[in-house]
Amino acid sequence: MKLTVWTYEGPPHVGAMRVATGMKGLHYVLHAPQGDTYADLLFTMIERRNHRPPVTYTTFQARDLGSDTADLFEVACRDAVERFNPEAIIVGASCTAELIQDDPGGIAERMGLDLPVVALELPSYQRKENFGVSETFLQLVRHLARPMERTARVSCNILGPTGLGFRHRDDVEELTGLLHEIGVDVNVIAPMGSSPTDLTRLGAAHFNVMLYPEAAEDACRWMERNLEQPYTRTVPIGVGATRDFIAEVGRLAGIANPRTDESRLRLPWWSASVDSTYLTGKRVFIFGDATHAIAAARIARDEMGFEVVGLGCYNREFARPIRAVAREMGLEALVTDDYLEVERAIEEASPEMILGTQMERHIGKRLGIPCAVISAPVHVQDFPARYSPQGGWEGANVIFDTWIHPLVMGLEEHLLAMFREDFEFHDEAGPSHHGGHAPRPMAPMEPANASHAPAAGEAAEPAATPTAAPAGGEVIWLADAEKELRKIPFFVRGKARRNTEKFAAEKGLSAISIETLYEAKAHYAR
Amino acid sequence: MKAQPDSTGCREAPVLKERGQREVFCGLTGIIWLHRKMQDAFFLVVGSRTCAHLLQSAAGVMIFAEPRFGTAVLEEKDLAGLADANEELDREVARLLARRPDIRQLFLVGSCPSEVIKLDLSRAAERLTEIHAPHVRVLNYSGSGIETTFTQGEDACLAAMVPHLPHSDERQLMVAGALPDVVEDQMLKLLADLGVGPVRVLPARRVDGDLSVGPNTVVAVAQPFLGDTLEALERRGARHLPAPFPFGEQGTTAWLAAIAREFGVPEAHFEAVTAAPRARARKAVASASENLRGKTIFFFPDSQLEVPLARFMTTECGMRPLEIGSPFIHKGLVGPDLDMIPAGPIISEGQDVDLQLERCRAQRPDLTVCGLGLANPLEAEGLTTKWAIELVFTPVHFYEQAGDLAGLFSRPVRRKGLLRMEAAE
Ligand code: SF4
Ligand code: SF4
Repeated sequence: MKLTVWTYEGPPHVGAMRVATGMKGLHYVLHAPQGDTYADLLFTMIERRNHRPPVTYTTFQARDLGSDTADLFEVACRDAVERFNPEAIIVGASCTAELIQDDPGGIAERMGLDLPVVALELPSYQRKENFGVSETFLQLVRHLARPMERTARVSCNILGPTGLGFRHRDDVEELTGLLHEIGVDVNVIAPMGSSPTDLTRLGAAHFNVMLYPEAAEDACRWMERNLEQPYTRTVPIGVGATRDFIAEVGRLAGIANPRTDESRLRLPWWSASVDSTYLTGKRVFIFGDATHAIAAARIARDEMGFEVVGLGCYNREFARPIRAVAREMGLEALVTDDYLEVERAIEEASPEMILGTQMERHIGKRLGIPCAVISAPVHVQDFPARYSPQGGWEGANVIFDTWIHPLVMGLEEHLLAMFREDFEFHDEAGPSHHGGHAPRPMAPMEPANASHAPAAGEAAEPAATPTAAPAGGEVIWLADAEKELRKIPFFVRGKARRNTEKFAAEKGLSAISIETLYEAKAHYAR
Repeated sequence: MKAQPDSTGCREAPVLKERGQREVFCGLTGIIWLHRKMQDAFFLVVGSRTCAHLLQSAAGVMIFAEPRFGTAVLEEKDLAGLADANEELDREVARLLARRPDIRQLFLVGSCPSEVIKLDLSRAAERLTEIHAPHVRVLNYSGSGIETTFTQGEDACLAAMVPHLPHSDERQLMVAGALPDVVEDQMLKLLADLGVGPVRVLPARRVDGDLSVGPNTVVAVAQPFLGDTLEALERRGARHLPAPFPFGEQGTTAWLAAIAREFGVPEAHFEAVTAAPRARARKAVASASENLRGKTIFFFPDSQLEVPLARFMTTECGMRPLEIGSPFIHKGLVGPDLDMIPAGPIISEGQDVDLQLERCRAQRPDLTVCGLGLANPLEAEGLTTKWAIELVFTPVHFYEQAGDLAGLFSRPVRRKGLLRMEAAE
């Protein structure tokens, strides 16, 4: 048993739903109790889909247990096939159904249905959402894809995008354009947008683009072995990674000097222009799924000039690659799905900015650290109306804008420091372009929307104050030092306090004077 | 077209009982509001990653720093042996309570997985109470999807508390049902002005409240889904005051009137206390419901609030219900509301969502009240919807909220009239 408050990933059957909902002509018959239908709202509200997910839940109840839950499954399965007339179905069990062992796969296979039936084994008590995505996609590919003649022109499949994915919709569009410029056709994009029939044509591509390893690595490996299709290893998020990706595509496609139109790429100049010197050396903490965290680490260090002070991911399956990247940056990767542990690590590192998920956004709110979102778990805000990919050239532009948005802008930072006691222009006001969104000691409630309507009208619980008294209370702040500390802009105050206390403790001081404060400042100056 | 008043009402109308795929939350969802209401309580779900994910999705991604609820997620090894599962549970509880000394009551909340593996949480609660008494009281109830639908979770929770209430012979009024604090305070003020007292509220905000029950307790139920709670209270000797539920001006007045009659409040005094808020509520409802009058409404089953809300929409907002679907229709509770709804609409209990969607599409109601899973897809088909969950999470009871309640329904209708995307020419 493990006490869980907030989770980064849902159960594996939600992963299977992401595959089914992204596709067309596929239906998922899920043996599950009524409450599990909550998962529909992830798609209809958070992603604003205009169709119900193609999922039939058997919604068995206590009174059905031990008697006819298996019949219930069979009836639901037959009804779903009749009503929705899919090209293929996937069948499986949620966590509860796994315990009653009705064997949905076996039942469906014995029903003699006139369409492909793909049985899913998703161990709910061991694995999580990303596994569910990956395994479901792999099983679909195994059942449906066959070796076949390659397309006349060089082509590839784009693999990995799903329903409820972080910017998948736009990444696919960006990549399709990029590949087109290189001279590579796109054969099938899957799972998102494809039908089971499309999957039977996967084998016609010359190679595969593995857009999101979390979703597609298992399928790519299988296709490499069974369909003799090599696949790309670089995820094209960020300028350098996109360049590497283009080179890799060139090799796989046999195109000697692959070129794309870089006139739309603005990140390099935006990073190099004078205003961006205020970005230089900003200390950032990065946490997300491994793919996005790894991509963000490279962008942060090499393309923005940030200092990466923490790097981690919540999906253990990818512990190895993220550890390697962290090591290369002189860090130890944080691999955990325990949100409290992430919070502790961030507090410890006291970065100037977090690049994380919606969870870290809340941590940032509490600690008064700006945060930009780089990865799932997704939220209604991660499905913007406008085009905003992460991958390719436009993705790099979007990332630049997204990351600097939460920060105080260059000149503004100096003005805030200069006029910090001005009644109107005081530092608590935060970035001027954020209106009411300045960090406050209490996690503020944001405008009501789909997924958090429940809290409407309720006050947030008081949050831990980041600048608590030193542990053990051995070091005290003298009054004038405390006053001086308050003159330091809020966005670095927490760090200044912690650093000074650490410095005092190391020096064995029992009280902090103005002198100590500035000594510490000099000590930690970079 | 105004609904024609009908002397028979809907109480005796045949109920269409459906048993098929449902599209509703399980009882765990109640934790989202219960943990805010009971400020010294912690809700520990013993369940799976699905349960944790449900709570998180229903609560929005992490609104609260460290909420007073969590899920003890069962793992492979817990499924292997119940002895170990109990040991693990004891350990997690001890850890939790050590970290949260502010917790005075702990609810072990059963889920589908814990029930299927027959983990006996009532024995666990007894055992843990012994260990952690007197500081912490440990109770249990089921919020599982195989036993409970959405608001039934609150019912199960309150019903679990009833046997532990101290006995009292005092003549008192108990109001059952978790209400937002602001609404509860308004209600207490109205009752005090009427001269009714003492008034106890279940659930109390804190464990050491003055809550008690006995043969001289009369119960006014504020939420229509509290069937088991009411039964438990009746077993303790309390007596129920049946009444329409306090939504809108009429519902609130009828609900208060039942109490006033019981406590012998003179009619003139009742008039004096309620006249002003009644007038305010009538006025607010009249203006908020302007664009609802004469329109049709269709309720998918969600929270069991459907019948009383349909009553409000019919008799106060001038709408005509086509179907009133509810997960469960407890006539002992919603009978008085059913009486006030003119015969005509289909009354359905349970659900077969695909059949119900067909009925809804065939009738093309002007407004469809449904869950979040259905709302956007129906909007995309051109229907106007109101998501039902908002009706549970927003203060909607009593006079001062009557206009807001009507507003929740009229906003989607108003929006439909406002949005224009065509070229001007
Ligand atoms: S329906 Fe059952 S398994 Fe699903 S979230 Fe509710 S209690 Fe958990
Ligand atoms: S309050 Fe709601 S919208 Fe705002 S960050 Fe939290 S979950 Fe997201």
